[in-house]
Amino acid sequence: MKKRENILETKFPSLSRNESLARSLVSAFIMQSDPTVSELSDIKCAVSEAVTNSIVHGYKEQSGTIYMRIESSSDRIIKIEIRDKGCGIENIETAMQPLYTSDPEGERSGMGFTVMETFCDKVRVVSKKGKGTKVVLIKKLSPKEL
Amino acid sequence: MMEFDYSQGSLVVYIRGDIDHHTAKKIREEADMLLVQLAPEKLILDLNDVSFMDSSGLGLVLGRYKKAKAAGIDFLVTNCDRRIIQIFEMAGIERIISIEERITNK
Ligand SMILES: Nc1ncnc2c1ncn2[C@@H]1O[C@H](COP(=O)(O)OP(=O)(O)OP(=O)(O)O)[C@@H](O)[C@H]1O
Ligand SMILES: [Mg+2]
Repeated sequence: MKKRENILETKFPSLSRNESLARSLVSAFIMQSDPTVSELSDIKCAVSEAVTNSIVHGYKEQSGTIYMRIESSSDRIIKIEIRDKGCGIENIETAMQPLYTSDPEGERSGMGFTVMETFCDKVRVVSKKGKGTKVVLIKKLSPKEL
Repeated sequence: MMEFDYSQGSLVVYIRGDIDHHTAKKIREEADMLLVQLAPEKLILDLNDVSFMDSSGLGLVLGRYKKAKAAGIDFLVTNCDRRIIQIFEMAGIERIISIEERITNK
């Protein structure tokens, strides 16, 4: 049976400078589980993508609040939820296609979801138009060497 | 953060620190200003001192590539680490842009 080991719940305003803050918080939390360098980089990058999406798309660079929850469990599974109460995604399947972006003018490449999926074991997106978006990132850390 | 070197028509832009949506805006503005001011024949983005990059870096690189191409300027990205290359490859941009991996003596 897996046991919950630790949780961090936080919220912060949708300011672009909080992209690096979110990465730092996540890495400080994950460090407790002694990840490999590459696992840590994977998670930081995926979190950066989700938080940036909330700022850029969810809240359209206007003010809003981003909620982040990180949970580690005894089976070395890290679960990270990033949630906004922004505009929501009309068609999640389309949004998750590589190279799809609703904002080509803004020099976006449409690769955020692809990056999240490549660097995590599982990515779940729940969204409702006009209500907001929740992205759940699951990462399994490799077993600790004794 | 960035620094640059210009000599004999080549502009090398050294990007330092994190490339994310927050920092990309300033890097883009500064790089584009240099392109206008110096009108180089060649633009090289050096990513040796980049400590973090997400998909915002793809947008930044692609955007500079398009600008350079439209102005007839050669474009090259150098000193990329494995992880940065991996992100470039996800988008397939190494097929259209010259990208050089960082050579480390390890
Ligand atoms: N939190 C969100 N709220 C509303 N729309 C979103 C959200 N996250 C993603 N989207 C939609 O999904 C699309 C794809 O997101 P993705 O991160 O893959 O690409 P991007 O953000 O457009 O570009 P990039 O991440 O490469 O800079 C976005 O263009 C946007 O339309
Ligand atoms: Mg994105």
